[in-house]
Amino acid sequence: MLILVVGSVVALINPRFLSPINIANTLNLIGLFGLFSIAEAFVIVTAGIDLSVGSLIALLGVIFVDMVVNLGVPWPVALMITLCIGIVFGWLHGFLITKMKLQPFVVTLCGLLIYRGVARFYTKDATAGFTFGMSFPDLEWLVSGRTFGIPHSIIAFAIVAAIAWVVLHRSVFGRHLFAVGKNEEAARYSGINTGLVITLAYIICAGLTAFAAIFFAMYTRSISPASHGNFYELYGIAAAVLGGFSLRGGEGSIVGVVLGVILLQILQNLVNLLGIPSSLNFAVMGTVILVGVLADQQFAQYRERRRASKSMHVRPEETSRSAPQSAE
Amino acid sequence: MTIESSFDLQLTGITKAYPGVVALDDVSLHVHAGEVIGLIGENGAGKSTLMKVLGGLIAPTKGTITIDGVQRPRLDIQQSFDAGISFVHQELNPFDNLNVAANLRLGREIRGGPFRLIDEAAMDAAVQPILNKVGATFGPRDNVANLSLAERQIMEIAKALTLNARLVIMDEPTSSLTLSETNTLLGVIADLKASGISVLFISHRLNEVEQCADRVVALRDGKVAGHLSRDEINHDSMIRLMIGRELMVQNVTRAAAPGDAVLEIEGVSTSAFPHTRTDLSVRAGEITGLAGLVGAGRTELARAVFGIDAPASGIIKLAGRQLGRHRPADAISRGLCLVPEDRKDAGLILDFPICENISLPDLAHLNSNGLVDERAELARAEAQRQSLSIKTQNVKEAAANMSGGNQQKIVLGKWLAMKPRVIIFDEPTRGVDVGAKAEIYRLMRDLADSGVAILMISSDMEEVIGVSDRIAVMRRGEISGILEPSEFSEQNVLTLAVG
Repeated sequence: MLILVVGSVVALINPRFLSPINIANTLNLIGLFGLFSIAEAFVIVTAGIDLSVGSLIALLGVIFVDMVVNLGVPWPVALMITLCIGIVFGWLHGFLITKMKLQPFVVTLCGLLIYRGVARFYTKDATAGFTFGMSFPDLEWLVSGRTFGIPHSIIAFAIVAAIAWVVLHRSVFGRHLFAVGKNEEAARYSGINTGLVITLAYIICAGLTAFAAIFFAMYTRSISPASHGNFYELYGIAAAVLGGFSLRGGEGSIVGVVLGVILLQILQNLVNLLGIPSSLNFAVMGTVILVGVLADQQFAQYRERRRASKSMHVRPEETSRSAPQSAE
Repeated sequence: MTIESSFDLQLTGITKAYPGVVALDDVSLHVHAGEVIGLIGENGAGKSTLMKVLGGLIAPTKGTITIDGVQRPRLDIQQSFDAGISFVHQELNPFDNLNVAANLRLGREIRGGPFRLIDEAAMDAAVQPILNKVGATFGPRDNVANLSLAERQIMEIAKALTLNARLVIMDEPTSSLTLSETNTLLGVIADLKASGISVLFISHRLNEVEQCADRVVALRDGKVAGHLSRDEINHDSMIRLMIGRELMVQNVTRAAAPGDAVLEIEGVSTSAFPHTRTDLSVRAGEITGLAGLVGAGRTELARAVFGIDAPASGIIKLAGRQLGRHRPADAISRGLCLVPEDRKDAGLILDFPICENISLPDLAHLNSNGLVDERAELARAEAQRQSLSIKTQNVKEAAANMSGGNQQKIVLGKWLAMKPRVIIFDEPTRGVDVGAKAEIYRLMRDLADSGVAILMISSDMEEVIGVSDRIAVMRRGEISGILEPSEFSEQNVLTLAVG
């Protein structure tokens, strides 16, 4: 809804919004940002959070570029190595959270700092990139090419989103994710290996982030490790929250995240196209997220009230068990 | 603290009608100063609605409320508070990160000094006399996190007193207390009464109502089903009023001959009592009651057997084979399951629909290629709904919307669908009304008759004696004795429990 409204307003004010080039560009960005937003969604549904996404994109990006450009590693091998490193980091997050009982926020906050620092040290704070004239046509075609004008990143995003939807909303593992996010204790009493489920969520998150890191590396073609991927984790969290995920866990849908990503990117595009000073970028986004989540929550409360008053008529005693608290 | 002995509350013809349902129908109730009234009734009888009327949360459709001679059509929250009506809830919610004094004076902290900071000494001084009055064994500086459930209950009563309560409404105050703690609480109630404070005592534990009430009012289907004066109060008369029929826990037939030991606990010690060892075996076709004081290590034992916590030592055998890795999944796959004490946190995911709660432990069998088979899931939930008569139209309804008894049936349903060999029930009827209790007992008996071994942890003496075929009593982490039916008596159980 909000997307259509925002989209048509922008289109009316600035017809360039609908130009094929702009659309293709926006789609490309949606694909890129969508990949790690879905990654973030998997940990948020377990009532966790991953703050290290942006730094991981920078670190894995420079490692990947270094392997391909300087070390002469064939790109498919480099790609696999990058994914593996991502998965190892994800496992490490999961291990620290489930076995060492650290809070997800703390673990991944340290990740955010550590990965960023290592990335900068690794390149000695220099920009890692492809030297002029160097090209990997297959790789470039695969991750930043287009088919019939459709960027491959959005195709990758669509495929990942479809798989993620099936995993989250139809599979047994997905059910376990929701159960663990909603009530870890009851999930444990139902025989679910909650530690494993949570660890897998972090592995999926970091693995998917590694995948996104390669797309970003090829998109920007040069990575300055101090700023590459800055705040991306917050985009991911914002998209998930806009998509109805609760940071308390156990709620949300992949469709919601996809819509959240699209909305965020259209907003970005709007800021550019409408000539709003780009310094206001974050302020606009923040405001829209706030309004969106507020509206969603108010609507949910309204529905809840209606449901409550409806079932009240059927079983007044049982639905209204929260006995009076007034006199306290 | 001033106590106005003139307190007089009169409800006349209170009716609360919702479209389609009348929750309260012409209920009249007179509360005098310094009187203990037992309010009994099954869940759904109208007790909660009546409490809400008194608390000022809902306005009655008809009728009047008269307090100290002032007649009103309804109370609002402030009026209820000003009239000195206080609640002690079934589920307590103290701030266990604060100490006792901070809890009692929350929102009314005593300040002092140039910066208007909290004056701890003054707070302690203000709180101590009230703690003395309710016979508290803890002090103002004690951390609430370290208090037992009973002590928290007492603290809540103290809190009511700091608010100058003239009527204290207690909703199931003893449901999680042991016998001795309950006696302490009953003593406090007697003290309140002596100082002119009225108590409305709502409980499913009729023994206690019998012990403390001056008068009993029974609600049934929103109407006053009857009054009992002090000398008319006894167990059977109260049951008759509540359900309109005789109900005897003692009527359950006992299993003819028990089978082999299915669950064998050998030398197990738990984190609560690392230095004592528990030995216990549970036979097929038999309900073994596990009695003891709260804190005797019974729940910890159940958790260790089920694999939630690793036992500190000892072995657990199921049908002769040792349970290897201590994980709930292993126990479940071998046919051992646990209906936990804490239904809302450990038993169910309240926001999940009934059907998803029932399928949760067994999704390994309710899927095709890793995807949840929703048709099979619904069919299973539907089958359990019918066989356990879970009262709902729709198994897709959230478990949170069910009453306590029905929630317990959902927990049971998720295990029964997996055809277990051993079921451990931890306080199976806590917060469950009398009618649903009887149903749960019957279910347990049927399960035992079909060859399931049942271990029932219970602090409800009537339940332990009425339902068990054999009673093991636990004391400080070890089994202090096992009673056969001929030896069943409250006296014997208690002797073993206290030691």
